[in-house]
Amino acid sequence: MNLFLDLWTVVAVVAGAFFFFAGTVGLLRFPDSLTRLHALTKADTLGLGLVVLGLLPQMDSVSAGLKLMCIWLLLLLSGATAAQWIARTLRQGNPGP
Amino acid sequence: MAEFLVGAAAFILAMVALGLLRILRGPGDADRIMAAQLLGTGGIAAVLLLGTANAERATLDVALTLALLAAFAAFAFVKAKLAQTPGESRTADGP
Repeated sequence: MNLFLDLWTVVAVVAGAFFFFAGTVGLLRFPDSLTRLHALTKADTLGLGLVVLGLLPQMDSVSAGLKLMCIWLLLLLSGATAAQWIARTLRQGNPGP
Repeated sequence: MAEFLVGAAAFILAMVALGLLRILRGPGDADRIMAAQLLGTGGIAAVLLLGTANAERATLDVALTLALLAAFAAFAFVKAKLAQTPGESRTADGP
């Protein structure tokens, strides 16, 4: 059981690190601000989510796990809202199609 | 397991550092605040990984505070940005 939980941690954290990598590549390589925003916010939120999922079995108490979930939820909400607002500041000078 | 977690934290921090190049290159303020957001998210992930590797419970509170601060940074940027353009009211609701 312990081996299975450790394996779960390794798989999820590696997947999370991969999404951080994808977010950075997107932020550096994509051609304009809106596509960069798209790449960054989605990949990062998913990356942190996978890291949190991977760390859950390593927590020593239920309250620590709940706190971990709270961090993820706070980041999900704030990240999604902030992405919309940043896109709005990008669109205001240039209404687009 | 601890070594693996520290290695993952180091990898994520390296990715964040690479992403900070976007602050140098710009071109707009929005791109720079995006890199700062990446620093917030990646910093939270690294703090959580390191805290779990050392079995240090207090890092959870540090991560929670970082999450809150990252959100405030983005909202302060948007508020300042929307306030400085005369064409649009700050409280206008979108379509």
